[in-house]
Amino acid sequence: MKTHFETFEHEADIGVRGFGTTMEEAFENAARGLYSVMVNIDAVKPIKKRSVAVSASDSELLLVEWLNALLSLSDVERMVFSKFAVTRDGATITGIAWGEELDRERHMPRVEVKAATYHMLRVDRDDGRYVAQCVVDV
Amino acid sequence: MDIKTLNKVNDYLWDIPQQGAMRVPGRIFATEDLISGMDEKVREQIMNVAALPGIQVASMAMPDAHWGYGFPIGGVAAFDPDEGGIISMGGVGFDISCGVRTMKTGMTRDEIMPGLSQLVDELYRRVPAGLGSEGLIRLSPPQIDEMLIGGAEWAVKKGYGVKEDLDYIEEHGRVSGADPSHVSDSAKKRQHREMGTLGSGNHYLEVQVVDEIYDEQAALAMGLRKNDVVISVHCGSRGLGHQIGTDYLKSLAGAARRFKLPIRDRELASAPINSPEGKQYFGAMSAGINCALANRQIITHLVREIVTDMYPQGRVTMLYDISHNTCKVETHTVAGRKKRLYVHRKGATRAFGPGMIDLPQEYRHVGQPVLIGGTMGTPSYILAGTEAGMTTAFGSACHGAGRAMSRTQAKKQWRGRDVIDSLAGQGILVRSHSYAGVAEEAPGAYKDVTAVVNAAHHARLAKKVVQVRPLACVKG
Repeated sequence: MKTHFETFEHEADIGVRGFGTTMEEAFENAARGLYSVMVNIDAVKPIKKRSVAVSASDSELLLVEWLNALLSLSDVERMVFSKFAVTRDGATITGIAWGEELDRERHMPRVEVKAATYHMLRVDRDDGRYVAQCVVDV
Repeated sequence: MDIKTLNKVNDYLWDIPQQGAMRVPGRIFATEDLISGMDEKVREQIMNVAALPGIQVASMAMPDAHWGYGFPIGGVAAFDPDEGGIISMGGVGFDISCGVRTMKTGMTRDEIMPGLSQLVDELYRRVPAGLGSEGLIRLSPPQIDEMLIGGAEWAVKKGYGVKEDLDYIEEHGRVSGADPSHVSDSAKKRQHREMGTLGSGNHYLEVQVVDEIYDEQAALAMGLRKNDVVISVHCGSRGLGHQIGTDYLKSLAGAARRFKLPIRDRELASAPINSPEGKQYFGAMSAGINCALANRQIITHLVREIVTDMYPQGRVTMLYDISHNTCKVETHTVAGRKKRLYVHRKGATRAFGPGMIDLPQEYRHVGQPVLIGGTMGTPSYILAGTEAGMTTAFGSACHGAGRAMSRTQAKKQWRGRDVIDSLAGQGILVRSHSYAGVAEEAPGAYKDVTAVVNAAHHARLAKKVVQVRPLACVKG
């Protein structure tokens, strides 16, 4: 079973999609998808650790909250991330993100992401694996 | 979109008949060709907006309409607070008051050309752009609040630009109703380093030359002659606006459920204008507009410094500044009665007709300049608002070409380096912080802006005044 992330096409923006054997893993991979839109995540060293906690009334809204909390953290701390660990307790998730300060040479920045949206938002089980996806506004 | 489902009013105006939950009809300003190119989802979104409480006259789509988040991009809708009208985050979007500002340089093409390469290098070097760029000023929390209330007026007081600049901005550079207390701390923190930055994606800073004049009298009023050089900037409210959008998407989606609003798509996150949530959003969103106006004002100051450092004869003055993603309180006549309405323009610009007092004196007889951006390789247009547009579209017009191809497809089709070389071959100098970004923004990835502009002109939303062509472009 593949556990990974991908981006998908959208007319004006771009979608991010994470897969996982658990929902938490799908959320971690969706976050990797998000940063792959912004930078070359293979070049981002997971040397600094930050954590966020978010809550929402359902798992789809939770995904959007999770990704948006990361975007806010990235703007405020001028950091990018490449490794994630998510734990869920009902309507709340705690996420840890590892990364480093943005290096405009080494990380090969592509495009800013303004926000994760409710567009094509889906958190679901598909062929025995979890899928977590949404379109992000660039 | 299947044209057979629409009622033709004329070649440039088509109606979606009122049906089901729709409170008003849909109204699309476009040609048959442009409509056939639109996604079916655009119709669905126009119809969803038409079902929102308090909507007036029609749920409208501009010629460049495409599938958006809740509202179509290119969607216009006005709501009356006294008829249970709502305010919707989906009608504004995440990049609050993203817009275009065009400045005149006081120089012609011949005067600017010898230094063009150096000029674009300086613009690239001195105007912060691209992912992770940082502005030259840092604002403390109390200063952020002042900026959110004061907009471009605040920026001028701080020394970024001159008082005259403000006359050439919608609402004189500062919307009233901004309430920083409804803007979250995280939104303010996100803005800490980002004042006076361009951003990335479709944002740009472009040196352009007036190439063709369609309306001599209006061009004269705007101070434009053939071969004049102008500089345009396209950017928005940066991290602060994005965070306001993020915060209120959640809060208004909750409010919509609580008020049991008949909402068919949660992206339409809305609340009654007169509810606490509606008022909070309006206060925060207005603060976001002021942030975008201040941001473009700081960039104007940088551009002015760069141009006058390089060209002793250069004099940078404002042509106009328009905003795309806004909800504004305006007075419009509906069925013979003047009403104060909350006009949402998502990916659409205000295009006030002649006579409106918000316009600077010298434009008042020709209408508001409407700045419609093309791509790095295609022309942009300056139009003027019309009386007809005031009546049919709450004084609104389209904002740009719209994408024809996804970013993923564009990146498969072009390499950034090749796009830059090919444009250089056409005499257009491009500087960018990201080759991938350039590939995604390749001119071929966009629809034909000229077709969109011609449709707006013939639909009488705005009339064509001049065409400008790119000479050099800085991308984020």
